[in-house]
Amino acid sequence: MPSSPRAIVLLGAQRYEPTLAEAVAELGVTGKIATITAGWQEREAEDDDLQEHLDHRTVNLRLHARAEEVFRADPELHEAHRARQSVLRHRQDFYRVRLEHALDAQHVITQRAAPHAILEDEGRASIDAIRDLDNRHLARCARDHREWEEQWRPLERPEIAKHRKEIAELIEGCEAVAIAGGHVASLLNRLSLFGIKELLRGKAIFAWCGGAMAISERVVLFHDSPPQGPGAAEVLDAGLGLARNVVVLPQPEFRLRLEDKDRVQVMVRRFAPAACLALPARTRVTWLSGVPQSPHGVVELRDDGSHGPIVYRPLASSVRIPIARPPGAAKKGKPS
Amino acid sequence: MSTPLHRHSHAIQTLLDGKADAAKVDAFLKGRTFPLVEGGAVTFVFRGEAEGVTLRHWIYGLESQTALSRIANTDLWYLILDGIPPCSRVEYKLELHRHGHSAWIEDPLNPNRARDPFGANSVLHSEGYEVPNWTKPDPDARPGVMEPFKFDSKALGSTRHGLVYLPARFRKSRLYPLLVVHDGSDYLKYAAMKPVLDNLIHRLEIPDMIVAFTDSPDRLREYANDAEHAKFLTEELLPDLTKRLPILDRPQARCLMGASFGAVAAFSTAVRYPNIWGRLLLQSGSFAFTDIGKRNRRGPLFDQVVAFVNQYRENPSAISERVFVSCGVYESLIYENRSLVPILDATGMQVRFVEARDGHNWENWRDRLREGLSWLFPGPLMFIYE
Repeated sequence: MPSSPRAIVLLGAQRYEPTLAEAVAELGVTGKIATITAGWQEREAEDDDLQEHLDHRTVNLRLHARAEEVFRADPELHEAHRARQSVLRHRQDFYRVRLEHALDAQHVITQRAAPHAILEDEGRASIDAIRDLDNRHLARCARDHREWEEQWRPLERPEIAKHRKEIAELIEGCEAVAIAGGHVASLLNRLSLFGIKELLRGKAIFAWCGGAMAISERVVLFHDSPPQGPGAAEVLDAGLGLARNVVVLPQPEFRLRLEDKDRVQVMVRRFAPAACLALPARTRVTWLSGVPQSPHGVVELRDDGSHGPIVYRPLASSVRIPIARPPGAAKKGKPS
Repeated sequence: MSTPLHRHSHAIQTLLDGKADAAKVDAFLKGRTFPLVEGGAVTFVFRGEAEGVTLRHWIYGLESQTALSRIANTDLWYLILDGIPPCSRVEYKLELHRHGHSAWIEDPLNPNRARDPFGANSVLHSEGYEVPNWTKPDPDARPGVMEPFKFDSKALGSTRHGLVYLPARFRKSRLYPLLVVHDGSDYLKYAAMKPVLDNLIHRLEIPDMIVAFTDSPDRLREYANDAEHAKFLTEELLPDLTKRLPILDRPQARCLMGASFGAVAAFSTAVRYPNIWGRLLLQSGSFAFTDIGKRNRRGPLFDQVVAFVNQYRENPSAISERVFVSCGVYESLIYENRSLVPILDATGMQVRFVEARDGHNWENWRDRLREGLSWLFPGPLMFIYE
């Protein structure tokens, strides 16, 4: 069995003008498709439109409902799960306090008048400080997860093991898995609870909005214009890590101020070398057996604060998810 | 600022330059809305017989009454105020002097009204101000449910009535933050709090939350740092609501809010019970204080408040986690609120202070609810990508 998915497709929002079926057809997927709509939480089962869009070839894995069943049957695990979520909320809160100060400092330093070389150097130091906060936060979360899993061994608990076996059988009977968006933290939580990552080997993965974020390496929450003032993008947690070296930014139409070069630049430098990809509705980017396909309108944020279509550039060997290149461009790098 | 004889060109100039008559006045009024906003200049008019007409407004820093001038040969009175900043909201009335008596009336030519417990005022919207759309009922937003409650308070020695707001998708199996609102009935009647909650929840800008609207029959006493009222809120009402409703049991999920004396009640309760109420929303708080002496210029009604604020200023401490403070720049309390903010900030609490070009009124407090509530309780907007 292959160690990774056969292909990964990241898509923009599917709510009003779905393009998922086009992407499915493009990859030649004709068999059944397992769907994950756990990000919709209590509305998980309200997937009629999705089923219809995919010609009723779908089987919903019901991860949200299954988690509720697990928690009812295993109250000890439920309590432990709640306690861990409480720890993670505290982590996020304290990280956010530090982050807001670091971003303020970066902004203040940017506004200062000083010799260019000093400003450049201090600007780098500001970004390094923010990156350091992001990385420390991720490390703390990883440690919390590791300790929790070592203590509770969730995949070995009978109730989860039973559901996971069923899920594995369902996925096995499907050619592809479609992961919808929604509440990204809740979705990620359910994906992790049932150890879904390992079950996706050899499958084509279609993921959009929160789903695309959840399968990336690092989930970045963002909104440039929230009601409470200028928003600070914040790292939530590690994602499944299937789509590597990419920060997925869905719904840029109303979440990103792409014309604000300073914000774009901070975002890009903060998460480099990962590519910051904005996915408006009707856009997608596909990797087929590691070979990049046409990016279909995906927008890349650039280091100089600009943005535009994805352009090909050589990648470091450690980069597994390649940047798509325009048709006809020379194939370089070794994406997986 | 008021210029009955003006240098700049305003629409009303057409009546002033020529010999005005009733027909010309009719033509001037036709198709226009008043007061007439022309950039930073605002022309108030009144048409009718009177011995005098006075503009009465509540902009602190300007003369609270300014006479309108009568245009010769007509029954039209006018006043131009220059330099009204953009995005201002100014509540006002016209005072008519007739037959030796005077009466305050709403501007008959202005359809904009703001209601409050004392009646209604006319409202000037200067250039750029719009009533926020999130304050108006939205048919797409599922409405929450209001349930009455009654509570026999030992601390207050009386029975209190209130309303509890439950969000549209309320489920007993979920846990919710709790917001307690002083002067709850007025927030509902005059600050559109119900549609605001429905809309902000619908837009994912605040989480589903439970909101308790409380009132006091003697607010000037009970809201002025009253120990029994603080006890009622914290030792009686909070446990009772927590017992009956699925409320998150952590300070970050508990908020007290209020305006004017209601803000004093919220703040003083949090001071009396530190780290119980992790969120505070204080609007145009009556935070009167003195730098010397014990009596503030505002009079004896404020004595209790002055003593409390002076004491806190002397020994400030972090009693909550996040405090949102708002105040209108056209109200005299802007001085007290601006003075309080750095003191709160220095304690290590997270403080956000918002000023608005508005006065001490319910629609000012309504218009600040979105940024206040969404900062204190960020909704799932940052988490939902679909």
